[in-house]
Amino acid sequence: MIRLIQTAILVIVLFALVGCGDSSWNSPYPSSDVDSNTYYSSFYERPKHLDPARSYGSDETIFLAQIYEPPLQYHFLLKPYRLVPLSAAEVPVPRYFDAAGNPLPQDAPLDMIARSDYLVRIKPGIRYQPHPAFARDAEGRYLYHALTRADLDGIAHVTDFRETGTRELTADDFLYQIKRLAAPWLHSPITGLMREHIRGFGVLADELGAVEGQGALEHVEALRRARISGVEVIDRYSFRISLNGKYPQFNYWLAMTFFAPMPWEADLFYAQPGLAERNILLDWSPVGTGPYMLTENNPSLRMVLERNPNFHGERYPVEGMPGDAESGILADAGKPIPFIDRAIYSLEKENVPRWNKFLQGYYDSSGITSDAFDQAVQIDARGEPILTPQIRERGISLLTSVEPIVYYMGFNMLDPVVGGDSERARLLRRAISIAVDFEEFVSIFTNGRGAVAQGPIPPGIFGYREGEAGINHYVYEWRNGRAVRRSLDEAKRLMEEAGYPGGVDPETGRALAINYEEVATGPDDKARLNWLRKQFAKLGIELVIRATDYNRFQEKMRTGVGQVYMWGWNADYPDPENFLFLLYGPNGKVAHQGENTSNYANPEFDRLFDQMKYMESGPERQAVVDRMLEIVRADAPWSWGFYPKAFSLHHRWLMNAHPNQMANNTLKYRRIDPVLRAHLRDEWNRPVTWPLWALGALVTLLVIPAWWMVRRRERSTAL
Amino acid sequence: MIAYIVRRLLYAIPILVGVNLITFLLFFVVNSPDDMARMQLGEKRVTEEAVQAWKDDHGYGKPLLYNAGGEGLARFTDTIFFEKSAKLFVFQFGSSDEGRDIGYDISQRMWPSLAIAVPVLIVGLAFNISFALFIVFFRATYVDLASVVLLVAMLSISSLFYIIGGQFVLGKLFHLVPISGYDTGLNAWKFLILPVIVGVIGGIGSGTRWYRTLFLEEIAQDYVRTARAKGLGERRVLFGHVLRNALIPILTGVVVVLPLLFMGSLISESFFGIPGLGSYTIDAISNQDFAIVRSMVFLGAVLYILGLILTDISYTLVDPRVRLQ
Amino acid sequence: MTPVLLWTDALIYLLLVIAIAFGLYAARHEHLRAPWRRVLRSRIGMATLIVLAGYASIAVLDSVHFRLKVDRPGGEPVYAPEVLSLFDLALSGLRERQEVTYSAPFATHLYVKEAVDLPGGGVTRAYPRLIHGGAHLADPAADRVGDILTRVLVGMLKGLLLWMAVVGALLWLSGRRRAESWRVTWAGWRSPGTEIPWTTALAVLGGLLVLGCVAGELAAEYHILGTDKVGEDVFYQTLKSVRTGLLIGTLTTLVMLPAAILLGIAAGYFRGWVDDLIQYLYTTLNSIPGVLLIAAAILMLQVYMSNHAESFSSLVERADLRLLFLCVILGVTSWTGLCRLLRGESLKLREADYVQASLALGVGHFTLITRHILPNVMHIVIITLVLDFSGLVLAEAVLSYVNIGVDPTMNSWGNMINSARLELARDPVVWWSLAAAFLFMFVLVLAANLFADVVRDAFDPRIRATR
Repeated sequence: MIRLIQTAILVIVLFALVGCGDSSWNSPYPSSDVDSNTYYSSFYERPKHLDPARSYGSDETIFLAQIYEPPLQYHFLLKPYRLVPLSAAEVPVPRYFDAAGNPLPQDAPLDMIARSDYLVRIKPGIRYQPHPAFARDAEGRYLYHALTRADLDGIAHVTDFRETGTRELTADDFLYQIKRLAAPWLHSPITGLMREHIRGFGVLADELGAVEGQGALEHVEALRRARISGVEVIDRYSFRISLNGKYPQFNYWLAMTFFAPMPWEADLFYAQPGLAERNILLDWSPVGTGPYMLTENNPSLRMVLERNPNFHGERYPVEGMPGDAESGILADAGKPIPFIDRAIYSLEKENVPRWNKFLQGYYDSSGITSDAFDQAVQIDARGEPILTPQIRERGISLLTSVEPIVYYMGFNMLDPVVGGDSERARLLRRAISIAVDFEEFVSIFTNGRGAVAQGPIPPGIFGYREGEAGINHYVYEWRNGRAVRRSLDEAKRLMEEAGYPGGVDPETGRALAINYEEVATGPDDKARLNWLRKQFAKLGIELVIRATDYNRFQEKMRTGVGQVYMWGWNADYPDPENFLFLLYGPNGKVAHQGENTSNYANPEFDRLFDQMKYMESGPERQAVVDRMLEIVRADAPWSWGFYPKAFSLHHRWLMNAHPNQMANNTLKYRRIDPVLRAHLRDEWNRPVTWPLWALGALVTLLVIPAWWMVRRRERSTAL
Repeated sequence: MIAYIVRRLLYAIPILVGVNLITFLLFFVVNSPDDMARMQLGEKRVTEEAVQAWKDDHGYGKPLLYNAGGEGLARFTDTIFFEKSAKLFVFQFGSSDEGRDIGYDISQRMWPSLAIAVPVLIVGLAFNISFALFIVFFRATYVDLASVVLLVAMLSISSLFYIIGGQFVLGKLFHLVPISGYDTGLNAWKFLILPVIVGVIGGIGSGTRWYRTLFLEEIAQDYVRTARAKGLGERRVLFGHVLRNALIPILTGVVVVLPLLFMGSLISESFFGIPGLGSYTIDAISNQDFAIVRSMVFLGAVLYILGLILTDISYTLVDPRVRLQ
Repeated sequence: MTPVLLWTDALIYLLLVIAIAFGLYAARHEHLRAPWRRVLRSRIGMATLIVLAGYASIAVLDSVHFRLKVDRPGGEPVYAPEVLSLFDLALSGLRERQEVTYSAPFATHLYVKEAVDLPGGGVTRAYPRLIHGGAHLADPAADRVGDILTRVLVGMLKGLLLWMAVVGALLWLSGRRRAESWRVTWAGWRSPGTEIPWTTALAVLGGLLVLGCVAGELAAEYHILGTDKVGEDVFYQTLKSVRTGLLIGTLTTLVMLPAAILLGIAAGYFRGWVDDLIQYLYTTLNSIPGVLLIAAAILMLQVYMSNHAESFSSLVERADLRLLFLCVILGVTSWTGLCRLLRGESLKLREADYVQASLALGVGHFTLITRHILPNVMHIVIITLVLDFSGLVLAEAVLSYVNIGVDPTMNSWGNMINSARLELARDPVVWWSLAAAFLFMFVLVLAANLFADVVRDAFDPRIRATR
């Protein structure tokens, strides 16, 4: 008990000590940063790779996209998504050539085109962030390109090197990065894809294979020596990429960090012995030309981006969509960006603390977890989301947008029961598609943050159709101006037609059992699995859930032994090709290790896909896409699932937080009002001290009678 | 004594080999090198060649335990098992599958874990022992029964809810401490208050119950009866005899866990965002980073054995009758 | 119907058989009967025993599994795919009355707003009425409280009647055995200072019966502990979790017991290389963090099941095997403690005079161990068993957090608590799943803990001396 009092007093004294500072007691940041122009956010998964040749995940892009500048980017405000130049001077227009090397007009027929050339011209005067790799002495020799063990004493981070330097960006850096994509030791995820498209890429990759394993410095040497026939540096500021045949989607790839420039100096610098064991790697310490640079890299605690002093400068876009002028998103039009000096991303593994810290003002923006949803958002009578009064009071605003993602329930087309081209299986799949009520799924598990999918293409991507023309009439009917799911009776009739009256399999006399492959991870899974079982039970089907770990799940997908599963796809780029290829036969998971997880193959669909892929977006392409959608809706290899909607909340001191699902480099557009933030944080987080006094009083109250009891008992036992 | 310690340390080697073998088997029965490669390479557009290349690069291209193609000793040394575990014995952890140096990471992450574990241990020990003495003082009365009910209630509550509750009350409601986060150096102290309070409260249930049992056993001994018969007051009996004699099991219980404090706490570290070894291990398991898992298990085993030796030594210090041969 | 025998069912039956056999054996031997009698004489021991028996009876009822026959005219009999237990059958109402999503205890409306079609066309968002909960009420706002009170009264009455019937039966039985009138027996039970605390026993029994009847009466029309995210009755889930909790607490020890006893005694008795080997074994196992061992084992099982998918056609079988496996692996991680205790004790016993004397007389090792060592360490085994029980029940809840607990589709307190961590972050808070799981688990753990204390007092020869 006495210890307890001591602890309590200690705690009180400690609190009194903090109380002397004027920042709030519960602030997770140092009090010196109160007014600084710093953006605060959080991240959930530690980034795995910060090397632009390797990184492919959203956990990494939030940092990388601010640091590296590929040739192109997406326009911040315009919809549909439009590519605009970033480090390039303009968006390259491909030029086509036939097999003999003769130039062809833009509308040349597909089979004539043997080669397409992309001439990329870059902006002059772009310089890299200050970095020791560029540091030179008075004679122009690199200071840190021949490090010895002794030089590394006292070096724990890349920021510990005293001297830094910079250099202008040249076309060679882009060439160097493309060669890196081919390097087998870097395991770039797009090596396989680029092999098909960039001329000479495969030859280079094979050549580099011979060097593999010879040591980091040899790797860099080999890369610098290597040549690739399909990429040609024309002068200091321009280079040309030659592709096999026609590949209109290539410009989208030029907007991804894979094609960001990489200076050879950096690669060489990090390859030196002794740096790797200090975790100083190119994979962890990026060197870019972008508006920000990574100054603190501690993925188990926080990542800090700071303004790049050498940034070439960019201006806030002047063009916007109708209505943007009124909403205030164009208020900064034409001003130089970036606005924010520093961005601190803290690791936050659990939702609950992250959400609470956002409410306290310690994060500037936040998504909404399913469970905090009711606290933040109400759905009004028209089905529109509005913020709860409690949240609105704090001046928090809500932004929503449909993500370029589709979550679907797929049928394995290789399975004899649910798969295959037989009418019986097709009817079964359609019946299931009707019975599994994704409206309910969206409402229970995502709080209505999603639109039920009518096909593989989400809204905002070319090929998606609004209204009656866009519905999947095998599952929906158009009634009173909206799509209504067909009735369960209809699904049951389909079951009868398919030969499973009441869900009973005539061969066994038992209820039809279908296996559901599942990666069970979180606490929410039980509810979801129960829900799914209920859906199948509506048709009398017994859903057998085979929960397993992610590896096993993937293995089943690769070997094609599953029956029903759920999966999703996040767009690489806003083109229908990037979604329809998920159903393209030659992209089958089992046969070709592709992304067509259902192993769906329909010759007509594949033919149309080959045609659609090379078309320019327009009415003709729309017609082809419509035909393709009709085919897959009839075959129903997926029950189409839903397109999730992103809801994000922003404090009133954060400006220009426009949701753009394709652009990741949006930090540079954001602006904050640090004074307002400091004021509001203070107001919201005044410490409540009475509980401390109450606790002290309670302890005293408890100790006195306890002491009295001890004394009394002692006297009584002594007798 | 020195000879004893040396012998115990030598005994540790077969144990560590065994631990390593079991870890290795368990991990690779579940995760084949292919799985690990796919995990590291990401989800999209992964080809069979890329998987093979990754395995070769990270030394997972060889047979697991026995290389039939090898000659002589190479049959056993030219395998994943040998290559990956031999270096552990000189505490060279190598680099993780992600490419970071493990030894460096461990040396960085050990301090936050200790910063929480040590205060929790000390404050918890003081509180639990005082509370247990109090209960024992009132043994076989309603105070005793009520305390046991309270303790059982406290230990039935999942530690998760102490964390969520602590964050809610102290952080969100009263704005007294940061809800989560960490900082380097001395700035860390304000992030430690909440985890330590939660850790202590979460440990009261089981800790106090254990000490109560210990004291009750001690109180049943003959010498206590003799002391009472001599007319000693109950308080003197408790503090002078029971507590002093119970110190041996208390001490040895504490010594065993001392080295393990390095390992950190699994759940609370990820909830409070503390970059310690506990969250390191959990992340590694979920990312299937075998290099880290293996290193942490090895480290844990070493520390455990160290704890056992320390216990034996501490026996001789508190109880002169015990002698190590 | 056709019976289904799950692995864990079989083990439960085995456990029951062992318990009964041991009980019959102990009843004939005074030295074994004495400590148990001491347990029964303690008021706390009696009360907790009855509570534990209540839990155990639910678990046993829940362990008789079968498939129901489907009504189909003609042909050979067809059985439904669902595996049910006697307990499910008894609670079929609860099982089948599902809502859409969350509803609070005793609620008549859902806990979340949903789009509701207005009669005149158009949509509004409101709290819809529940499909089952309180559906019999015409005007829930006005009638609910009255209805609940009436049901509570009716339930209490039923409970009392049932209790009186049980007491009557007991009196009659006891009276007939002792050949005295029931009044005499009754007076004997009620008089203070009886050997067995009959009043406590009957009071606890009465309390349980009344509570059960009230709950039953209310649960017929309400979700007395609310519903979960997909609208399943939480009361039903909590009751179903009883079996899981008890199984983990008992089967684990059953599984580990033979190894622990055998190896522990062997190490202490034979010493030398046997001792070294066994010590090596348990030190090695102990050095590996338990969580990792369990995680790996559970993943291994999943690999096995996905490779042999045909053998596990139904969900229940898969979940059951995972539960069994969890028990085994928990046993593997926890046998070392008991093994070490037994080793220490046998080391001591071996030096005892009577053992040395028997050795000198040339008694065989096997006889010596079974005659002298084993009976003398039995109290340690029993105390450990009882003490471990509550720890294991709690461990299940922690393991579920790391997703290496029981199957996610299985009802267990761990799973309920784990999903509750998300529910707690909701606003308004969904507290009932957690509260229900906590309440049932708390009562079980408390009873087990108090019981363990009594058992220890009764069995440990050192403690016995002073009481």
